[in-house]
Amino acid sequence: MLEKHLICISCPIGCELSAGRESDDSTWKITGNRCPRGEAYALAELTDPRRVVTAVVRSNSPVQPLLPVRTDQPLPKRFIDRLLNHLYTLTVKTPVKCGDVLIDNVENSGVRVIFSCDCEK
Amino acid sequence: MIHLQSCDIAVIGAGAAGLAAAAETAAAGRSTIVIDREELPGGILRQCIHNGFGLTYFKEELTGPEYACRITGLARQAGAELRLGCAVISAVRNADGTFELTLLSAADGVTKLTARALILAMGCRERNRGNLAIPGTRPAGIYTAGAAQKLLNLEGVLPGRRAVIVGSGDIGLIMARRFRWSGIEVEAVIEIMRHPSGLPRNIAQCLNDFGIPLHLEHSVIEIGGRERVEYVDVAPLSDGVPQLERKFRILCDTVLFSVGLIPENELSAELGVELNPATGGAVVDCDCQTSVPGVFAGGNVLHVHDLVDFVSAEAAAAGRAALRYLDGQPAAAKNPVRAGANLKYAIPNYFSPARTTEFSFRPLILSNDATLTAELNGETVWKRRLRHIRPAEMLKAQLPGDLLQQDGELVFNLIQEEVQHA
Ligand SMILES: Cc1cc2nc3c(=O)[nH]c(=O)nc-3n(C[C@H](O)[C@H](O)[C@H](O)COP(=O)(O)OP(=O)(O)OC[C@H]3O[C@@H](n4cnc5c(N)ncnc54)[C@H](O)[C@@H]3O)c2cc1C
Ligand code: SF4
Repeated sequence: MLEKHLICISCPIGCELSAGRESDDSTWKITGNRCPRGEAYALAELTDPRRVVTAVVRSNSPVQPLLPVRTDQPLPKRFIDRLLNHLYTLTVKTPVKCGDVLIDNVENSGVRVIFSCDCEK
Repeated sequence: MIHLQSCDIAVIGAGAAGLAAAAETAAAGRSTIVIDREELPGGILRQCIHNGFGLTYFKEELTGPEYACRITGLARQAGAELRLGCAVISAVRNADGTFELTLLSAADGVTKLTARALILAMGCRERNRGNLAIPGTRPAGIYTAGAAQKLLNLEGVLPGRRAVIVGSGDIGLIMARRFRWSGIEVEAVIEIMRHPSGLPRNIAQCLNDFGIPLHLEHSVIEIGGRERVEYVDVAPLSDGVPQLERKFRILCDTVLFSVGLIPENELSAELGVELNPATGGAVVDCDCQTSVPGVFAGGNVLHVHDLVDFVSAEAAAAGRAALRYLDGQPAAAKNPVRAGANLKYAIPNYFSPARTTEFSFRPLILSNDATLTAELNGETVWKRRLRHIRPAEMLKAQLPGDLLQQDGELVFNLIQEEVQHA
């Protein structure tokens, strides 16, 4: 019996999850979650851990020299450092709106980077 | 030249609280002006670029700036006027019961604004190292976590290269990840308590993800360095006393303090609003009305919240109460509410018979099994078993009006079935 302990990060409650399985190729059984999102989080965390990435990029705006951006869904962890390094080299042109796409498909993962604020000037 | 202006409701602060209140009052047709010294609306949310906001108020997980955009949109669509880049430097109550605010802005100079009701939404500010008195030199490189967050996220300045974070509150934890994602090393987080004071999810995703050590029951005993921070000395605590023979040194050039927030109530004091030592905010009735008639308060200026959704919900309720006040409805009755066992405070400070009221509490214990009870004049009228109690998380309870039928004193107690002391 293999057991792993995780903390669900899907909401502020932060349930302490246990994942157990009989052998390397049997399926994980998740306990400790108060809602179905906890199970989904644990299964993803055990096979393909992902995080929402938030950062700032430089802009040519005189009012907001930095603009916040985020991934529109969790990105596989192994791509995070490369994405951040790329973002820090950019200077974007304004205006932009919340939700405008900055990068369409990060490392072919299907994840987008979007702006997370409005900037008119 | 001094400009003169008047409105029904003036809201001080354009953060998650002030904007939510203004959206309510403006939508009801009352002329509403929201004043903020910053050039852009949103308050502290603008620098909180991480996600985790809005799950209850907007039913969606948003970043701080996204939440700020949404709530600003609601206030503007409702017809509230936003006066930005404009500080309220004084607030007084006139003899006729209206209020006079003195506003100062670089663009318009001085404005005297007369309002019939006021909503206080000034948020809070961070405790700093001065409030903690740690010995050592006074080198550069020491910041509060929020100041570092502002530098990094709004101004694009890297505060240093190797950091130690003092205090395990959420702001510090969020900054640990932000530092790592910006190429700054985080050597350790130091916490004097036995349990982290931030949310478990932030321990997981901001420390564990990066292998950052968390030293619980440890204290910084010295900060050293000539011009710039060079090291901190840290020692484990035993019954609150540093064990100097077990101290160790961590080399770093930056120290962040994340040791809590204090409501910003200078203007409230000037207005003569009675303050509550347990919260640092105003004493309020079940309408969020302060001791000064016509002055309401909501959000972090009232008590420090961990979730922005509750900030907006509380301030929106204050806005609706201000509308009733302007309609000439009588103030709610003032029967005292007291925080008893294991609770730091209960808000509101008064209840009104037969009024359904939502109470907020700050627990003093950590427990996975405790019962929250409400006693009216010594008789238990309500109780609920709770499985998840953390000092870092505000507790909420709604008491139906039919349980609060008589005048008297209402006392809340948090009774532990099984405990670990926080
Ligand atoms: C770093 C950090 C991380 C957080 N993370 C989360 C999270 O992940 N999830 C979550 O739900 N919540 C989080 N919170 C909590 C939540 O964001 C805040 O509680 C909430 O935004 C506070 O809103 P507010 O309107 O009460 O105060 P503020 O946002 O502080 O707004 C107060 C405003 O009043 C203005 N003001 C004050 N005095 C004057 C004056 N005299 N004249 C003019 N203007 C004035 C200030 O400029 C400011 O804009 C976090 C908070 C912080 C600080
Ligand atoms: S399992 Fe559900 S309730 Fe528990 S932390 Fe995850 S999302 Fe929240």
